[in-house]
Amino acid sequence: MTGISFARKLKDRLVFGLVCLAFIVAVAPLVSVLWMLVKNGMKRFDMNFFTHSMRNVGPLDNNGGAYHALLGTVEQVGIAAVIAIPIGLLTAVYLIEYGGNRRLGRVISFFVDVMTGVPSIVAGLFVLAFWVLGLGMGFSGFAGAMALSILMMPVVVRSAEEMLKLVPDELREASLALGVPKWRTIISVVLPTAFTGIITGIVLAIARVMGETAPLLLTVFGLDSINPNAFNGPQESLPLYIFQQAGMPNQPAIDRAWTAALALILIIMVLNLVARLLGWWRAPAKSR
Amino acid sequence: MTTDVIESGGGLDRSASRRVRRGDQIFRLASSGAGILLLAIMAAIAVFLIVKAIPALQKNSANFFTEKTWNPNAQPATFGIAALAFGTVLSSLLALVVATPIAIGVALFITHYTPRRISGLLGYVIDLLAAVPSVVYGLWGLAFLVPRIQSPEQWLQKHLGFIPLFGGDSVSGRSILTGSIVLAIMILPIIAAISREVFLQAPNAQAEAALALGATRWEMIRMAVLPFGRPGVVSAAMLGLGRALGETIAVAMVFPAAFTVSFRILTPTGNSIAANIANGFGESGPTGRGALIASGLVLFVITLVVNMAARLIIARRKEYSRAGA
Repeated sequence: MTGISFARKLKDRLVFGLVCLAFIVAVAPLVSVLWMLVKNGMKRFDMNFFTHSMRNVGPLDNNGGAYHALLGTVEQVGIAAVIAIPIGLLTAVYLIEYGGNRRLGRVISFFVDVMTGVPSIVAGLFVLAFWVLGLGMGFSGFAGAMALSILMMPVVVRSAEEMLKLVPDELREASLALGVPKWRTIISVVLPTAFTGIITGIVLAIARVMGETAPLLLTVFGLDSINPNAFNGPQESLPLYIFQQAGMPNQPAIDRAWTAALALILIIMVLNLVARLLGWWRAPAKSR
Repeated sequence: MTTDVIESGGGLDRSASRRVRRGDQIFRLASSGAGILLLAIMAAIAVFLIVKAIPALQKNSANFFTEKTWNPNAQPATFGIAALAFGTVLSSLLALVVATPIAIGVALFITHYTPRRISGLLGYVIDLLAAVPSVVYGLWGLAFLVPRIQSPEQWLQKHLGFIPLFGGDSVSGRSILTGSIVLAIMILPIIAAISREVFLQAPNAQAEAALALGATRWEMIRMAVLPFGRPGVVSAAMLGLGRALGETIAVAMVFPAAFTVSFRILTPTGNSIAANIANGFGESGPTGRGALIASGLVLFVITLVVNMAARLIIARRKEYSRAGA
């Protein structure tokens, strides 16, 4: 036996090297981003930053914070979740339990996929054209929440759909055979079985829209002071705050942008971690 | 006595079944209503963008599709999508060219070169790249990439300047190239994740047969994995392209924001539709906002076409593999 020729072995090694290199090249930006976030973000990571707004903060002042932005983000994302979760869940239920193979089901399924690809700025423009300008309601946290909910819906539908598919048909059949009506079967058998998986998907969807900036720019507009009312007048949000502070020419503003970015990443990482832990804690009927 | 029980029992049953039927109807209606609402939202996006774009387009004194400049707030309003659409497509294609090979490499590394136990963890690390918000990439691009990219750009211009892509009189940290690199980083995890799924689905028997015949690992991948995965990778790349076309804030922060049509990716020229909306919205009057909405409509249509094409490729693939099974 002569074994593998040198040229073939060399090619194999070469590809192995390239593939490793690709992975290193892909991870390098992540490491760099995280490193710069920690390095630059720690400068202003103090109590003052998380308890104060930007009201009456001059361009060269070293204080000022993101309390108003944090408050706005929590409200906007919360309202978006309240809008998107029921619609997304019901759509997933329709696709799996009722109309998956009907014409309407196929059309909805296709457009959910297409909706995943709608650029976030287009969702913002839509709410701007429809709500802010069309109905003359003006900028508000609620307008931003509507834009975010459009981005959230397809994500919720897709993840909930995957989880509902994993529920074994035997459970449904057993429940129906006992004379339980279909809607009760769905509510008290199917949904509880898929519960943790669905929650995981929802948490990931929330984490995804939390960092959206572009649609909020067009709908929430931004504000330097605290506005706790999401239904009236412009608000601030954390990603918007980062965008605005980073665009200013002064070092204190750029420091604030980094600290806000660090805070945003921490929130998103915690949400991702919670989702992972939930999925790992009770993987429903999954043998993978 | 007995008949009484039976009759009342029957009566109960009937009303109960009516209630059941009503419950079923309500639930069915609610869930299909939610699905139809999703369709209605998609339709409403198109309708409202068109409605709000028309007044601005009527005030436009130039041809919207061929004009390069963007002065919708001037008198008379003059604006066109040409430079913006060009910059959007150029930067997204560049990002795709950079990201796709790396993403395929990453997917192969995770699926075929690492033990199963740590491949899940490595996949999670790549997914983290997708979890970083756009605005944070923009901040990073501004602080890290823009100052550091100038010397490689000068090198490219000096030694490869004869290629039009790298030509031009001056280089700038804020250039199409910088924006494309940021875009590439952002679309890489999407392409890698879908490619990974596809590579995992490649039939194991063929891979084992190739290895049993004495193929090296690379030969096995080339013969048994890549041909199977190609349609999946193509649609993954198209989904990545769709994402890159619509990406806004990161690009708005590192693009030079100049309205020109030029292939010179190192020079401070170029802009994109989405970046222009983000940067121009603050100073826009009524006509300006309408003009931005009109440009958003163009972006919507472009991404819609790209995404639909990608989805159709995936759908066809699914039917094909089902028929084969």
